[in-house]
Amino acid sequence: MIYNVQIKVMPLKDLLDPQGKAVLGGLKNLGMNSVEDVRVGKHITLAIDAASENDAKQIADDTAKKLLANPVMEFYEIEMIN
Amino acid sequence: MKYGVVVFPGSNCDRDMQDALQNDLGKEVVMLWHKDKDIRMFTTNDCIVLPGGFSYGDYLRCGAIARFSPMMQSVIDFANKGGKVLGVCNGFQILCESHLLPGALLQNANQQFICKNVFIKNDTSTALKIPIAHGEGRYYADEVTLNDLEKNNQIIFHYCDETGKIDMTANPNGAVRNIAGIRNKEGNVFGMMPHPERATSKALNNIDGLKVFQLLELN
Repeated sequence: MIYNVQIKVMPLKDLLDPQGKAVLGGLKNLGMNSVEDVRVGKHITLAIDAASENDAKQIADDTAKKLLANPVMEFYEIEMIN
Repeated sequence: MKYGVVVFPGSNCDRDMQDALQNDLGKEVVMLWHKDKDIRMFTTNDCIVLPGGFSYGDYLRCGAIARFSPMMQSVIDFANKGGKVLGVCNGFQILCESHLLPGALLQNANQQFICKNVFIKNDTSTALKIPIAHGEGRYYADEVTLNDLEKNNQIIFHYCDETGKIDMTANPNGAVRNIAGIRNKEGNVFGMMPHPERATSKALNNIDGLKVFQLLELN
């Protein structure tokens, strides 16, 4: 069965995120002053052929560990979207 | 010492590196295509260089996809056997992604791509003028790793001012502890953001890059 999985990859909370900072500056220029912080990450979707939801989750976790996220600077969250 | 220069799709400093090594350092250079694997022509006394550029379009993260290219598997084996490896700019990013060097290179703190001459030094040198050209050059590692790097003398270059003073005003990209380049514990893998190959010719009015190769004993 094909399982659709989404992986959210975000810069570690303690790290400066210059992209988020630039976007925040843009929002301020638009007059949206109530926005206090912006952080920009990646949203990756995978279609995984697996025997069970658990297997699919395990494979997704593997992709994140081995390639999609770098633990030195990022953390990730996995969610099933079937 | 013979040199290999790896060419990834998106490398753009590979020919500069070849020219500097061949014509300014007088070395034999073999260009290595990323899809090939064969590096039997090299012994561990030789040096493989990962040049600057934007390998695989910098997709996902700088250097993340280059790490899995066939040639990199051979380079990782070569490094683990004690062969010398130098990564410049994108090459440094690839070495970090490959876990041959600790830490990571993050987007510059000032949100800009920076292309200019800066000064760097190591413990024994005076300030050397070397160009940088990167958007993601802010070296980062956790405190434990940084303390280890310092304790083992693994920081090969700090950003400094013209007089050799190391402080935040001389730090172009926000790198932790002004780190411009590091080596591994064993001392055979080197990574640095500045481009020594762009400063090896009198025609360019700057030969400080030659001193970088000398300091790393890669000349």
